[in-house]
Amino acid sequence: MKYEPVIGLEVHAQLLTESKIFCRCGTAFGAPQNSQVCPICLGMPGVLPVLNRQAVAFAIRMGLATNCRIAAHSIFARKNYFYPDLPKGYQISQYEEPLCENGWVEIEMEGGALKRIGLTRIHLEEDAGKSVHAEEYVAGNETLIDVNRCGTPLIEIVSEPDIRSPREAYLYLNRLRQLVRYLGICDGNMEEGSLRCDANISIRPIGEEKFGVKTELKNMNSFRNVEKAIEFEINRQTQLLEAGGRVVQQTMLWDANDGKVLPMRSKEEAHDYRYFPEPDLVPLRIDEKWREEIQASLPELPWARRHRFIEHYGLPKYDAEVLTEEQAVAEFFDATARLVKDAKLTSNWVMGEVLRVLKEQKIDITQFAIKPAAFAELLNLMAAGTISAKIAKEIFEAMLTGGKSAKTIVAEKGLVQVSDTGVIEKAVDAIIAAHPQEVARYRNGEEKVFGFLVGQLMKATQGKANPKVANEVLRSKLAN
Amino acid sequence: MDFPKTTIRAFQEKLFRGEQSVVAAVAAYLQRIAAAKNLNAFLTILDDRANARAHAIDAKIKRGAAGKLAGVIIAVKDILAMKGERLTCGSRILENFVSPYDATIIQKLEAADAIIIGKTNMDEFAMGSSTENSAFGPAKNPINPDYVPGGSSGGSAVAVAANLAMAALGSDTGGSIRQPAALCGVVGMKPTYGRVSRFGLVAFASSLDQVGPLAHSVEDVARILEVICGHDERDSTSAPVAVEEFSRFLDGEVKGKVVGLPKEYLAGGVQKEIHAAVTAAKARLQEAGAVIKEVSLPHTRYAIATYYIICTAEASANLARYDGARYGHRSRDAQSLEEMYVKSRSEGFGAEVKRRIMLGTYVLSSGYYDAYYRRAQKVRTLIRRDFEQAFKECDVLLTPTTPTTAFKLGEKTADPLEMYLADIFTVSINLAGVPAISIPFGVDAKGLPIGLQIIGKAFDEKNVLQTAHFLETAHP
Repeated sequence: MKYEPVIGLEVHAQLLTESKIFCRCGTAFGAPQNSQVCPICLGMPGVLPVLNRQAVAFAIRMGLATNCRIAAHSIFARKNYFYPDLPKGYQISQYEEPLCENGWVEIEMEGGALKRIGLTRIHLEEDAGKSVHAEEYVAGNETLIDVNRCGTPLIEIVSEPDIRSPREAYLYLNRLRQLVRYLGICDGNMEEGSLRCDANISIRPIGEEKFGVKTELKNMNSFRNVEKAIEFEINRQTQLLEAGGRVVQQTMLWDANDGKVLPMRSKEEAHDYRYFPEPDLVPLRIDEKWREEIQASLPELPWARRHRFIEHYGLPKYDAEVLTEEQAVAEFFDATARLVKDAKLTSNWVMGEVLRVLKEQKIDITQFAIKPAAFAELLNLMAAGTISAKIAKEIFEAMLTGGKSAKTIVAEKGLVQVSDTGVIEKAVDAIIAAHPQEVARYRNGEEKVFGFLVGQLMKATQGKANPKVANEVLRSKLAN
Repeated sequence: MDFPKTTIRAFQEKLFRGEQSVVAAVAAYLQRIAAAKNLNAFLTILDDRANARAHAIDAKIKRGAAGKLAGVIIAVKDILAMKGERLTCGSRILENFVSPYDATIIQKLEAADAIIIGKTNMDEFAMGSSTENSAFGPAKNPINPDYVPGGSSGGSAVAVAANLAMAALGSDTGGSIRQPAALCGVVGMKPTYGRVSRFGLVAFASSLDQVGPLAHSVEDVARILEVICGHDERDSTSAPVAVEEFSRFLDGEVKGKVVGLPKEYLAGGVQKEIHAAVTAAKARLQEAGAVIKEVSLPHTRYAIATYYIICTAEASANLARYDGARYGHRSRDAQSLEEMYVKSRSEGFGAEVKRRIMLGTYVLSSGYYDAYYRRAQKVRTLIRRDFEQAFKECDVLLTPTTPTTAFKLGEKTADPLEMYLADIFTVSINLAGVPAISIPFGVDAKGLPIGLQIIGKAFDEKNVLQTAHFLETAHP
């Protein structure tokens, strides 16, 4: 029998607010242990939470960008469980009446077809702290708690069971990551845990409507692991069914070292979280005005931008895809291309030279030394034939370190391209005179010698000769 | 040195005329507290803090820069956080816990130059009606130490009744200010939910808890309310409602006020003398020109059940933080995480607290939530509507505070349900979130105080205080 997997993802994204969701402590990653804490996030007796409006605005941004219905009235709930890194003994989350519901995002399948993945809900909640078992800090079998992360705002994005393969799960997660980064609400770093993903997985015979028994898969802390772990779990379930066994509803942990999943707890051991409305917070009301303000503040989303790059700039789909992957890169391209007539030239240079430098220097494009206007100046010099591509690359390198404009460098170094036929003709005459043997070989049909002669010509003109003009003049003189 | 019972106004007049110093008053009250140790009213005495502040406030008085409650000696229930001071909530689990921060109302009281003299005894985590659930022994009723002072703010009521402080703060989740005030013969008020910041009030049941004053007179209660009420940005449930100068409206006038008598509160089961007190109060009001109206609060009979579902559910979550991990009692012989939780909590909590945590856990459990918690919330709405309906035709409601006067120590400890019924007239008020006061109105045949309760509309403390002030001066 052939089976198909049915997958739903629960994705947690840490919001990039300056302070925590219910107190004023900072949220910076990597601060010394237990340095970003106060009586409120430590769950001291008598403290109360006060909701951070910025966190709400960020969650609404995500909801609007994923076509969700934004609730006008939303409530928080207590999710009760005991764990040492949860100081209150409950997590403030949302259960009934979440902030965002019924959304969707599209992923692009192999071959370019779009597939819509439904979003059940997006809700706001607080993060827990971290338990530290590392030996360098801990004596014997003790555990230490770092409460810094406690109260960092999270959104949980719950998908419908619309995903049908590990690849789709990967593409969906990638889409969410791109989106949260575009929206500026999360840095999307899975390794640091600011983006986390759990998967609900079941399989069923192809053609069957009913869902199979699902397992929940946790601890997949990289994009590659998500794909691998889901793949593993699908195979495990398939082998189980094919051998006449049954899938047991349970929570599984992905072990990245061994490359397999292991059971964590069964349904019988599952927590009863005893959710109930959080009495310390008043219901959250989102009026139309606020929602509209947030809507108006949304950036152009990646797929809309990609579409525009193709339509407006006439770029190939591949270029548009690469340029819109990161919002800041897209912004850089947009700002440059607006000032340059040749969009494809701009695209080639951004994808080629700029992205190469970013990778070499391990920097973000916002830290890139050349700003769009300066970059456009360089590209325009090239587009106008003032400098050759070869010279342009030299100037580009100089701009990276010198901070001077392209025009200044051209003027200082006398790098203006020579397109004057008279000047070039003189140089060509000199080259022909100096290399009688090569000229003879060319005239005997040895085409490759032409390249050598062009090289000599460029050398003689210090690369400033307009290659097109130089080619033409050389050909016509050699033909005589 | 002794110190006679005094009102805030009389005391401050002496202070401002230079006939009295705060330092001397503090010394006198500390002496009285030491002498009344048998009443077990206090869990912590803040003598150093009080003395230091007394000197500073005397100096301020001389400069003419003293605050509204200058020199007023106040006891606070040991459920309110004071930076650097013990905060036990009457529980073993917090026996050695020192708060790292101040409650908003503590800041407000100290900013108004009040002196906080000590922290008072209480039923563990405010769960109880007799102060017998304190891990540190019961407080005793100063009228007769064989009797309970009521609870859970029993220590605060005793402190006022025995004149160990000029006033006190308590907290009231289902009657915990009004019931001990009634049993000890003092005035005690639970303001509207949202009137007083709960930041720094250790939570028992968050949607019901409210801080309020106990004092010798309605006027003193009004003066303290003026200071502690008001919106607090640190408490999302505190209401942005303007605070009036309640004490300026106490003119003894009730003419034209419509006073409702809810029939369900007088329908039997009420001690004869208490019933008679209500009748007498009704006559005084009528003589003074108030209009008496019989009203009905039909869902009253569901109040106790509803209350015990909601308060235990909230408590089960609120008390989860006492797990031995970060602070408070941690069992010494735990070998695993699970054991640390079970042993620390088993050793740290008393029987009533455990009972309520279990009840609350049960009513929130998967499969039971709808039948208990959700249904209780619906009934709570009906109870709230009963009051809204009654207040369409009444300014205030008049009821007994308790069905009986003080009972003997140990009399009800064996039967929790019997104890729960001690709050039968007070819990509905918390469910509805409205303000209510208890004032002393005579005594029974044994000389034990009788309390009357006056209930008002949400945020209409003014009418409640005016009526209470009239009755206070009119009682037989």
